[in-house]
Amino acid sequence: MNIIVTSIIVLGIIGIVGAAVLYIVAKRFHVHEDPRIDQVEALLPGANCGGCGRSGCRDFAAACVCADTLDGLACPASGSAVMKQIGEIVGLTAAETKPKIAVIKCNGTCDLRPRLARFEGAPTCAVLASLGSGESACPNGCLGCGDCVEACPYGAMKMNFETGLPEVIEDKCVGCGACVKACPRSIIELRNKGPRGMRVYVACSNKEKGAVAMKACKVACIGCSKCAKECTHDAITIANNLSYIDYEKCKLCRKCVDVCPTHAIHAVNFPVKKAPAKEKVEETA
Amino acid sequence: MKLHTFKIGGVHPAENKIAAGKPIENIPLPEEVVLPVAQHIGAPATPIVKKGDKVKRGDRVADAGGFVSAPVHTPISGTVMKIDVARTPQGMPVQAIYIKSDEADRAADAEAMANRETPRRTEAEIAALDGKAIIDIIKNAGIVGLGGATFPAHVKLSPPPGSKAEIVIINAAECEPCLSCDDMLMRENPRQIVKGVELLMRAAGVNRGVIAIENNKPEAIAALTEASSSVPGLEVMTMQVKYPQGGEKQLIEAVIGKEVPSGGLPIATGAIVQNVATAYAVYRAVVLDEPLMDRVLTLHDGETGRNLRVALGTILATLVDGKEPEKIILGGPMMGRTASTLQTPMIKGTSGILLDSRYAHRRPAENCIRCGKCVEVCPMGLEPFLISTLSRLHEWDDAEEQKIANCIECGSCSYICPASRPLVDYIRLGKAKVMAAMRARAAAKKA
Repeated sequence: MNIIVTSIIVLGIIGIVGAAVLYIVAKRFHVHEDPRIDQVEALLPGANCGGCGRSGCRDFAAACVCADTLDGLACPASGSAVMKQIGEIVGLTAAETKPKIAVIKCNGTCDLRPRLARFEGAPTCAVLASLGSGESACPNGCLGCGDCVEACPYGAMKMNFETGLPEVIEDKCVGCGACVKACPRSIIELRNKGPRGMRVYVACSNKEKGAVAMKACKVACIGCSKCAKECTHDAITIANNLSYIDYEKCKLCRKCVDVCPTHAIHAVNFPVKKAPAKEKVEETA
Repeated sequence: MKLHTFKIGGVHPAENKIAAGKPIENIPLPEEVVLPVAQHIGAPATPIVKKGDKVKRGDRVADAGGFVSAPVHTPISGTVMKIDVARTPQGMPVQAIYIKSDEADRAADAEAMANRETPRRTEAEIAALDGKAIIDIIKNAGIVGLGGATFPAHVKLSPPPGSKAEIVIINAAECEPCLSCDDMLMRENPRQIVKGVELLMRAAGVNRGVIAIENNKPEAIAALTEASSSVPGLEVMTMQVKYPQGGEKQLIEAVIGKEVPSGGLPIATGAIVQNVATAYAVYRAVVLDEPLMDRVLTLHDGETGRNLRVALGTILATLVDGKEPEKIILGGPMMGRTASTLQTPMIKGTSGILLDSRYAHRRPAENCIRCGKCVEVCPMGLEPFLISTLSRLHEWDDAEEQKIANCIECGSCSYICPASRPLVDYIRLGKAKVMAAMRARAAAKKA
């Protein structure tokens, strides 16, 4: 009986002393933090994807609160609406941004791009890219080991094992750019999502001369510049035997899609029309 | 007799040196050569010829693109057809010079080949050369480390200020399985090699030289011991048969017992290591005034092995007859690189072509069973299982702390791993990342 009472008293005193110490320390070393940081953070997705260029959502929230202007600060994952709310909290106006989406600029599926070798080493694109051109003869195309799939914090990428290419799940992709950083071949680009998801892009990254590119892959961009001549909006440029469509200038007229001799230009999410290679496009987009 | 070796780690893979004892066959000059400008470590060479130019055998067609670089010479006379993209064995594009010969060119080359062993410099002229002059000849002859790493030879012979060479070590260990090109070169040309070593010693300004040969090449040891007896300060050292005996750091430790400091250059120990084929090339450059235009390689297809002397720029497919191999490895089975095609020119670093189906596949990787064998065999004293995992998980900081940059990529860990894990693959990736970060940090510090 005595022991029980003694222990209760001793432990109780230790507890009270401890609580007092903790209280004093908490008061003494209190760091004042702007309460708005918590408010802003609550609006953010909390995936810490790094798409904003900061080390995480809280870091981004702190940056927003401390900033004099919201220019250059944007959470790609939450989009304009949330940035507007953040602007209201911190008393600044956020610039309107267009939602972005990751686009895979390679269409060399297994049957269109012959595989010359089989890789048995560590199954990552980074290792394969350091060795050479990979399994196919294209030195710029997708390596197919899925580093982008692994890097995506939103589960918006999946590997299609039939084509050997990754696919972007449109509803889930927020355009954070984690896959862009993970791809050693730099074939993933963030482009404007476009009205109702409609967008036109060159699904190839091969920078070799036409004949060489065609030998490696049947759907390679050969840099023939037919698309550039066809484009009435000055949106297409050819550099290093490769066509590039500027998504800011593109008016989605799809004239380039029809003239491309190798069907390397893809148009996705357009209402069904007699667009060539349309079905394939939807699979791989 | 005491056999020298490095202290920790090492493996002993099956040797399979079936080409040993097969005399070196001289492959006739091809009618067309493709000479890539990047045949060495360092800056690519810059072409100095243009389409339509006539060139003669031994002409320089590309100049060194920097200090750590080497010129390229054409082994055939002919016309420059084009300067265009060629493929590396791994399928990556690289700039190359295409040269084609006609009847007259071939006749001239045949004559030049017949007289190629005639010395162009007299004994007195050679004796009058000082170290600097020899290094210049080596530099202008485009000689690079012919063991496979292709580091320009003149760079190693000109130590940075503050360090001093004391010994030249000739790497004749040839510890890679299957390869026997160095072995045969030593058996057939011991006197020339010793002359080359002597020139290297003079170029480096040292009076001690060691030719390190593994114990499994008794004929070569005998031949070189006899040939080197006349040169003061030069000795032949017999090494234990153990992989990677021919690794630069391992060889230095085995021969002089000093360790290359972590992150430091081998010259910090006072040693300059050159391959035995490089020494032979130095002999040819100085005595015969012939730039590096060919090399000896071992062609091994599982059943037969041959040693061939092949002109640089020869398309590899012309050396191999017929059937599509299951896998092509350029170099030895331990450190060689897999090639996806034989439609690629041979370069200065091609020491072997392996078409052995025994090496064609890896066993599928399984989970690490924590046996620690990789730690036991690592000649650098690293923990391969740990650094490869850190590298796989992109934990570059931790990998740097675990000294991933010290890895010599010898592949002993991958070879011994009972779970067949691709340890070196990941380590190589992490090493590249960490070393790039270290260089960037050093550059930022300087700025």
